[in-house]
Amino acid sequence: MITTIIYTIVCLVALGLLFSVVLYLVAQKFRVEEDPRVDIIESLLPGANCGGCGLAGCRAFAEEVVKAPSIGSFFCPVGGDAAMEKIAAALGQEAVKTEPRVAVIKCHGTFDNRAKTNFFDGYASCKVMVSLYSGDTGCKYGCLGKGDCVAVCKFDAIHIDERRGIVEVDEEKCVACGLCVSACPKSIIELRPRGLKNRRVYVSCSSKDKGAIARKACSVSCIGCGKCAKVCAFDAITIENNLAYIDPAKCKLCRKCVDECPTKAIWAVNFPIKVPVAPKQEEGQSSVINNEN
Amino acid sequence: MKRTFSIGGIHPKENKLSRDAQIETFPLPDVAYISMAQHLGAPAEPVVQKGDKVKVGQVIGKPTGFVSSFVHSSVSGTVTAVEPKEDLAGMPVMHVVIAVEGDEWCEEIDRSKDIVSEIPFSAEEILEKIKNAGVVGLGGAAFPTHIKLNPPKDKKAEWLIINGTECEPYITSDDRIMRERPDEIAIGAAIMMKALNVEKCYIGIEENKPEAIISMMKAASSHPGMKVVVLDKKYPQGGEKQLIEALTGRRVPSLALPIEVGAVVQNVGTSLAVYEAVQKNKPLIDNVITLTGSCVLHQRNFLVRIGTPFSKMLDAIGGLPKDAAKFVSGGPMMGKAVANLEASTLKATSALLFLTEAETKRKEESNCIRCGKCIDACPMGLEPYLLNKLSRIGGMYDELEKEKIHDCIECGCCLYSCPAHIPLLDIIRVSKAEVMNIMRNRSVKH
Repeated sequence: MITTIIYTIVCLVALGLLFSVVLYLVAQKFRVEEDPRVDIIESLLPGANCGGCGLAGCRAFAEEVVKAPSIGSFFCPVGGDAAMEKIAAALGQEAVKTEPRVAVIKCHGTFDNRAKTNFFDGYASCKVMVSLYSGDTGCKYGCLGKGDCVAVCKFDAIHIDERRGIVEVDEEKCVACGLCVSACPKSIIELRPRGLKNRRVYVSCSSKDKGAIARKACSVSCIGCGKCAKVCAFDAITIENNLAYIDPAKCKLCRKCVDECPTKAIWAVNFPIKVPVAPKQEEGQSSVINNEN
Repeated sequence: MKRTFSIGGIHPKENKLSRDAQIETFPLPDVAYISMAQHLGAPAEPVVQKGDKVKVGQVIGKPTGFVSSFVHSSVSGTVTAVEPKEDLAGMPVMHVVIAVEGDEWCEEIDRSKDIVSEIPFSAEEILEKIKNAGVVGLGGAAFPTHIKLNPPKDKKAEWLIINGTECEPYITSDDRIMRERPDEIAIGAAIMMKALNVEKCYIGIEENKPEAIISMMKAASSHPGMKVVVLDKKYPQGGEKQLIEALTGRRVPSLALPIEVGAVVQNVGTSLAVYEAVQKNKPLIDNVITLTGSCVLHQRNFLVRIGTPFSKMLDAIGGLPKDAAKFVSGGPMMGKAVANLEASTLKATSALLFLTEAETKRKEESNCIRCGKCIDACPMGLEPYLLNKLSRIGGMYDELEKEKIHDCIECGCCLYSCPAHIPLLDIIRVSKAEVMNIMRNRSVKH
């Protein structure tokens, strides 16, 4: 009886030793050299694995950063400058400051502004809709409102306003990862610099139709009249294919174009509401500026 | 048991409401909007300018690539514009707009009703005539016919197959031409047999068209090698690969063309167009269109000039039917919903169908219960439930390619059979396009 137990113990110990030696040798032979900094950098990243940096996930980002000669071309939109500074410090490099960005919707075709011309009864997906026809309104460039962007957003930062029929970005939550930009088949989402004090001026329309057609389809469309470009003192506005574009790098947020736009297609967000001042200025008070928040 | 294809298929309610309405000639429109993209492949390039006078049958668009086709004026009058105009899906397409004045035809067109059965032309001459007449496949895809009739030198065609199945519900335009103009169709088939240098020709007709079967049998009896085959009624029998299997028993492999198994398939409408092009010098300027739907009072079959606006055709049936909720160009299974009533007819328009809300409203989607009905229904032997699942995950293109999503013919049998009302086809179609794109890019790289 006791000998059986002893034999068993001896056998198992011997086997254990044998296997540990074999495993040790195998581990030595097939060892993968990995930069220890990869783990450190991964721990500094937010771990959302959103792909906003253009790589497969946070681990892939860390691996690439370690390999690259400088971190200049890398940016984690979720962690932002704070995370990038820490990563640069870990790698002993200088961090490159980038401007924080936010997604903006270049369409404001709500139910009120843009009448439906037909009813789409198919599967609620913008991609499916685009594969079939130009859309359920007279505008073939604007938001389809089926929420492909909502489905891809990992930060709950973009929503469809069912009541008004338009998509909206929650700028507190948006990290400018760009997933919605690539999900939108109509390419109406743009990543723009957040701007000074979060203030931005942009054209909220994507219609490349000629003025009359665009106006007929939607009351707040850009008709390409060029008034904004004329009034702009900083050369920030260009008109291409009947559509104005405001270059955020040149725009000084003076908002002259906002008042000038005949269709109110230019939006100024997060500016304080202009209070009608004094009886001095009786006529020609500029219209109240739209404010999303 | 009657012949049919072996896997999948469904039999939706036939609803051939307009089958007894004789073909009537539709009045000339006041303005014709002729699209330059009426065929598969590169759009034609307009060769007329604003202010030009054109006659019926005059070339107004010339092909711009190998797979492309001529476009002819279907009316006589003055060109008022050459500009992009919205097509039935609301997408801008180049159109030639012609204000109609009178009805003056090009001299070389033989407008008599006499049937010319003698075929004095060689194969090359036939192909040239078909090409110059802008004949395209009228079964739906509008593939230029002269290319299909001129297979690569190393491939030998054994059969010409004439598709008279018309398996889509509602549509009766092919049925009517088979009943009213069988001799011309048979001669058209004989011309194509000569062009292809084949001995055998099958004309496949579904059993629900007995009059067409009898008239085509009579017409085919005077042509050696031509045979009418009665097929069981099953959708999508008009699909090229399904029809070849039903008639010859051979299966076209995945990603291959019918010529791989020695078959060339043409529609009966195409056959008629070929007859007119070769024997009468008449380009493809009109086609038979069925105007139908349960809410339409008078079911009609019209011979319509290409480029007639849909709105003009609505007038012929007394305006938009009262209960109509959806307007479809083509049949209910594979037709395209019309989003723009100002669009005009194309070469391959076969029917205009009105559906009521009760007929067309989608039911709410519920969960897949894995019953396998879609697999039973798929005529290509795919697994639609799986393709749907993989597509919804997103990015699974390698897996989708392994599941042969590119074989999907978009017939809609899966969607029709699904008891959970899952929009299988809508989702599969989008990922099929992506997969085909990836495959194309890969073959360009290599």
